[in-house]
Amino acid sequence: MLVVAFVSFSLFNFVGDPINNMVGEETSDEERAELRETLGLMDPIHVQFTRFVVNASKGEFGISYQLRRPVSELIVERLPATIELVVISALIALITGTLLGVYTGINRKGFLSDIILAVSLLGVSLPTFVIGILFIYLFAVILGILPSFGRGEVIDIGFWTTGFLTISGLKAIILPSVTLSLFQMTYIIRLVRAEMMEILQTDYIKFARARGISEKSIKYKHALKNGLIPVITIAGINIGTLIAFSIITETVFQWPGMGFLFIQAVQFVDIPIMSAYLVFIAFVFVMINFIVDILYYFIDPRIRVKGDVASG
Amino acid sequence: MSFLKIKNLSVDYPMRKETVNAAKNVNIQVNKGEILGLVGESGSGKSTVGNAIINLIDAPGKVSSGSVILGDLSIHEDPTNIIKYRGKKIGLIFQDPQTSLNPILTIGEQLIETIQTHLNLTREQAKNKSVDLLKEVGIKDAEKRFNNYPHQFSGGMRQRVVISLALCCEPELLIADEPTTALDVSIQSQILDLIRRLTKERNLAVILITHDMGVIAETTDRVAVMKNGNLVEIGNTKDVLTQPKKTYTKSLVSSVPPTNKKISRFVIIEKENKNDFQNNIKILNRWNKRQITHQNLIEIKNLSKSFDDNFFTENIKNSVKAVNNVSFEVKEGEAFGLVGESGSGKSTIAKLIVNLYQPSSGDIFFDNICVTKIKNKTEMMKFRKQIQMIFQDPYSSLNGRLKVKDIVAEPIRLHNPSITNSDLNDYIFDLLESVELSQKSAERYPHEFSGGQRQRISIARALATQPRLLVCDEPTSALDVSIQAQILNLLKDLQEQLNLTILFISHDLPVVRQMCDRIGVLKDGKLCEVTTTEDLFIKPRHEYTKELLRLMPKIESIFE
Repeated sequence: MLVVAFVSFSLFNFVGDPINNMVGEETSDEERAELRETLGLMDPIHVQFTRFVVNASKGEFGISYQLRRPVSELIVERLPATIELVVISALIALITGTLLGVYTGINRKGFLSDIILAVSLLGVSLPTFVIGILFIYLFAVILGILPSFGRGEVIDIGFWTTGFLTISGLKAIILPSVTLSLFQMTYIIRLVRAEMMEILQTDYIKFARARGISEKSIKYKHALKNGLIPVITIAGINIGTLIAFSIITETVFQWPGMGFLFIQAVQFVDIPIMSAYLVFIAFVFVMINFIVDILYYFIDPRIRVKGDVASG
Repeated sequence: MSFLKIKNLSVDYPMRKETVNAAKNVNIQVNKGEILGLVGESGSGKSTVGNAIINLIDAPGKVSSGSVILGDLSIHEDPTNIIKYRGKKIGLIFQDPQTSLNPILTIGEQLIETIQTHLNLTREQAKNKSVDLLKEVGIKDAEKRFNNYPHQFSGGMRQRVVISLALCCEPELLIADEPTTALDVSIQSQILDLIRRLTKERNLAVILITHDMGVIAETTDRVAVMKNGNLVEIGNTKDVLTQPKKTYTKSLVSSVPPTNKKISRFVIIEKENKNDFQNNIKILNRWNKRQITHQNLIEIKNLSKSFDDNFFTENIKNSVKAVNNVSFEVKEGEAFGLVGESGSGKSTIAKLIVNLYQPSSGDIFFDNICVTKIKNKTEMMKFRKQIQMIFQDPYSSLNGRLKVKDIVAEPIRLHNPSITNSDLNDYIFDLLESVELSQKSAERYPHEFSGGQRQRISIARALATQPRLLVCDEPTSALDVSIQAQILNLLKDLQEQLNLTILFISHDLPVVRQMCDRIGVLKDGKLCEVTTTEDLFIKPRHEYTKELLRLMPKIESIFE
């Protein structure tokens, strides 16, 4: 976290002169110096960095150069859109990925498995923006059934704005979330498939068969439970990646989320937004990994009862 | 009327190039209340027969002809019959209890599920039945242990759980596929006792698949010997072991190291046509042969090694003392054996001696030089040259990407960088021929060799530096018994001809008896006693040694 904070802090300070970006052409040198003083830019670097970290931990990242509003306010405003998009696509990726993975893992030689795998290869190799554009062309331009950009109508619930409660909002989320989830989904299909195939070869599955346990229970209880352990690790990392990938998807679909905000910020060299975004993403990554570690504790008994192993 | 009848059973594995017949026309019958031993070396088809009985042959293998009839049920006739016999009429126990239980389900859950699959019981009834079963197989605190996960049990306990799972629906036939191979000798005898007791109490028919002739001799009523998928001989255990009719059975029995006497060489019947290769140790000309001085070559003083659970918090309480205050000497030219069960610290001592580990305290002297204090790199090289090691697993101890030639050449080049290529080649050929490998094998890769041949490569590599001490860490425990006899013969010859000193580490007492002059017995990192081999076997002093000797499966027991 500190390293990322330092990088974004360096961005803030060393890429160009922030004052130049903030003030107009006709500002006098005295005014500039005064502004510098009030912003604390004359302090030694370590003092500035400490202040940056302290402020960041309070959620203050300064003021956007371009929009002249506090960055934290902008982020909170854009956050719901991104979270909704990421959650929906993560769910799509996890659920369909696991289902298809189990299917292809069990019916290894089936015709349908071959098709799923071939299509999943496309999912891995085609870049997200190409898929996005293809989807827009197909569903919005040719068929005209789904909107190609925006979030549709949104409803305010306190600090949160949601698109789930209106039909246009729901329609709008389909294309971007499917696009975003496709890459992760293919990843999960292949992972689950490999895990299932490996686990079905193990001795304890063979032993379960020898005891006459039904095939259904062997596949969905004994094998799948073991197979999902690595999936959780990967999924945890990938939710972070989803947020990162959402930059591209949001741009393609003009989705008013944080990624879109970031791209706009890059175009205008709006450094406070960029650094805030970086810190925020790093924070999300750390949190997700933390949550995954805790999840492990509940899923894998080998970790849960480690203390007893020595005595038992 | 036999309970289980196997008639003309053949199992085929169609491969890309050819079809492998894993079992050919096997006829076996087993009665209730009887333990039938199925013995053979790896690849003999004994597990295939076991799996065929329960119709659990891995694809692409299939039963190509013959039938298995259990009571009045024909196993292979109708695939929907599976539910009628798997688990219900036939119970199966696998070799490795570490892998045969599902790690993320409690043993109670696995028991209940199995019971409810076959018997019409409520969850509560199934639970009571499981707890009773666990008690029956000798698990203490069964009610509490019921909710434990497999990893919370030790190896022997886990095998008991596996047995309880195999027996939970009262099968009439139990197939035990190497049930004790992965276990220590004391646990092994407990598990075999348990199987014998259950056979009597429940009037089971049992098929015990194993490669251990001692287990066969002590446990089984009848025995079937298999080779390359064929049934060689079947009969009463006593008759087969004492008066084998077929040559193969004879050679198999004679390769087993006897527990009650020391023999100079193992008789290898199948290779009679070979010249006695004693004269064949070609490297003798190059060998800087040392006189047997009977001086101490290795002296170990108060050696301790502990492994800490956590690197950062060196907590004394958590640390495991793998080696605890061990002292002994090995004289030049002798073969010294270290025996002990798993976890007794015998391999740790080997690694300490070859300086792969640093001791926590204590000293190791090699030729009166304190090895643990060598800091200088060239000094260390000199020392390393004199000690070589042979590892247990011949599959992982050779680099699969190098030709045999390069594997053997590496230590030679390292210690003698100025050697010319033609010299080096001659040296490698001599080494390979000394371990009974042809010159052609130099150009091949390790995976083209069998386990025994690979172990020969390991020996050639170890001899390449002309060491004074050879540390053998379970050199034959991954090998079949006839191959083991060959390797042990080879080691003996090499030792005699080259005046090598050997530190021989093994859990297998009969093998140690054949190989060693003196033996140290280890338990939990402590040395129980050190004495000459004959004294140890005839009048052991330490209680633990007596226990080990008592539990050791003895092939001779059949003669009594």
